[in-house]
Amino acid sequence: MARYLASRLLDAVPTIFLVLTMVFVAMRILPGDPALAALGDNALPEQLATFREAMGLNEPLWKQYLHFLWSVVTLDFGKSLIQNRPVIDLIWYHLPFTIELTIVATLIGVLVGIPLGVLAATNRNKLPDSSVRLYSLIGYAIPDFYLGALLLIVFSLNLGWFPINGGGTDFWDRMHHIVLPALTLAFLKSAFMGKLTRTSLLEVLGRDYIRTARAKGAREPQVLYRHGLRNALLPLTTGLGISLLATLSGSVAVELVFNRPGMGALLIGAINERDYAVIQSGVIVFALCVVVVNLMIDLAYIIVDPRVRVQG
Amino acid sequence: MSDTAVLDDQVSAEPSRWTIVRAVLLSRPSVLIAFVVVIAFVLVAVLAPWIAPYDPLSQSITRINRPPSMQNWLGTDQFGRDVLSRMIYGSRNSLIIGVLSPLLAAIAGTTLGVIAGYFGGLPDRIISRVVDMLIAFPELLLAIIISAALGGGFWNIVLVLAAAFVPGFARVARAQTLSVKHEPFIEAAVAIGLRTPKLIMRHVIPNIAAPIVALITLWTASAIRLEASLSFLGLGTQAPNASWGNIIRDGLNNLFGSPWPIVGAGMAITIVVLSLNLLGDAVRDVLDPDTAQ
Repeated sequence: MARYLASRLLDAVPTIFLVLTMVFVAMRILPGDPALAALGDNALPEQLATFREAMGLNEPLWKQYLHFLWSVVTLDFGKSLIQNRPVIDLIWYHLPFTIELTIVATLIGVLVGIPLGVLAATNRNKLPDSSVRLYSLIGYAIPDFYLGALLLIVFSLNLGWFPINGGGTDFWDRMHHIVLPALTLAFLKSAFMGKLTRTSLLEVLGRDYIRTARAKGAREPQVLYRHGLRNALLPLTTGLGISLLATLSGSVAVELVFNRPGMGALLIGAINERDYAVIQSGVIVFALCVVVVNLMIDLAYIIVDPRVRVQG
Repeated sequence: MSDTAVLDDQVSAEPSRWTIVRAVLLSRPSVLIAFVVVIAFVLVAVLAPWIAPYDPLSQSITRINRPPSMQNWLGTDQFGRDVLSRMIYGSRNSLIIGVLSPLLAAIAGTTLGVIAGYFGGLPDRIISRVVDMLIAFPELLLAIIISAALGGGFWNIVLVLAAAFVPGFARVARAQTLSVKHEPFIEAAVAIGLRTPKLIMRHVIPNIAAPIVALITLWTASAIRLEASLSFLGLGTQAPNASWGNIIRDGLNNLFGSPWPIVGAGMAITIVVLSLNLLGDAVRDVLDPDTAQ
């Protein structure tokens, strides 16, 4: 187990390194002159020169690259030109809203999706099965920002049950603000988890050991949950990782719909305002989130799959 | 003699592709409906100048934020533009980008995948490593990151979306190439001295094409969704040009004016993506029965 853990952790290092390199290349080389991009076409030559000097853009590329890596390691993301604040402060303010939303949406999605999948698999080709199929077809097709906008129009604008925008202040206020965005993201997630649960459970239920369990007289709930679902957990864990990441990226658009001050809103706002330092760090934060989620899923395998624990 | 008889039996027992197509269509009327819906949307996009009741860009101060009426079936937006006409013209952007980007991604991804699978060694290690890393990223996140650097505009969106799909195609193409690489017909082609590029084009590509074509169909739906998301975020199709995504964006900024643009454009995306998903599943069942189980 320790070896498995260590190999996963070591695996993440080159990935992070590659991600950072790609961000560096994309940010320095692709868009042309970052000084011009940041200050706009009307900037004076002196302003451009000062900016280049301040950002270290006159240094040779390899020096910039090392400097860039060092600044990420020390969490020194520079300063936002528009808001005139250290980027790291902005991230600490915005990131919790996104994490909060992703966690609540995931909980709802899993708690709705897995029972739906079990229901569909145990009633194969009957009404519950086709209803769940229709549910997941719609869940796969409807864009999350559209669903969010519809919920916003109906429940906030017309019925007034939920606040129209913002992220909330104290705990209960935050939970009040999170309901609609979380439901929006949870819909796709529950559709995905429902379909996945159905497929994996049906596959497991066709195995020999299920027949053995039934033959030895195990009762149906026990067969279903202890032998069936327990063994379907492995693909479900993989699926959970995929859907966590989908929720993370979906949150960008959903935060915009509900005007939540999350990481997505920060990144998109920065792109529109060409706030160079914020774009770069926003992208890095999202990329690191992906790496962390994948690492967490790898660790979840230890709990879900005893074979990993034994073999190490 | 008896050997050939057995062989003949096996050959005739294998259902032809057309039989499978018919079986899939007959057993699932939803696929037929989906097909008709997709054709209808394509026709609307192609015939936009003749179908659209108004110019999608013409503004009018006297007719802003109208609810649906006989003159404007889906109402007007905050600039007095006809929402239905904007949606009809917007379908062009959404559909063309939706078709073009998976196609480009398939070409680039298949090339990389075949190189990695066929030659192995260092190219394989490099390509596989990068693909493994990129595939961990959700397509939308990749698209946002790349377009943050590239900016909007038609060809940039196509490139951004294509780039987001390349890793998926590369992975499938590599796996498929590995599985056909040691087939006797490839070895025979090598033995008769066929040059490698020709061998790949004539014998490898045709034999790995089915799952790739199936993926293109499935990912057309994803590409349309992604284009809508990017345009909604302001990173895709730029104003004043319409796409379904930026119609919803405009609608959200004008939430107190009129909700109809949001309702209409979102419905269009949902219906097209739903139909393409159904169609994609059917294409996969026909072309690639192994993965479809």
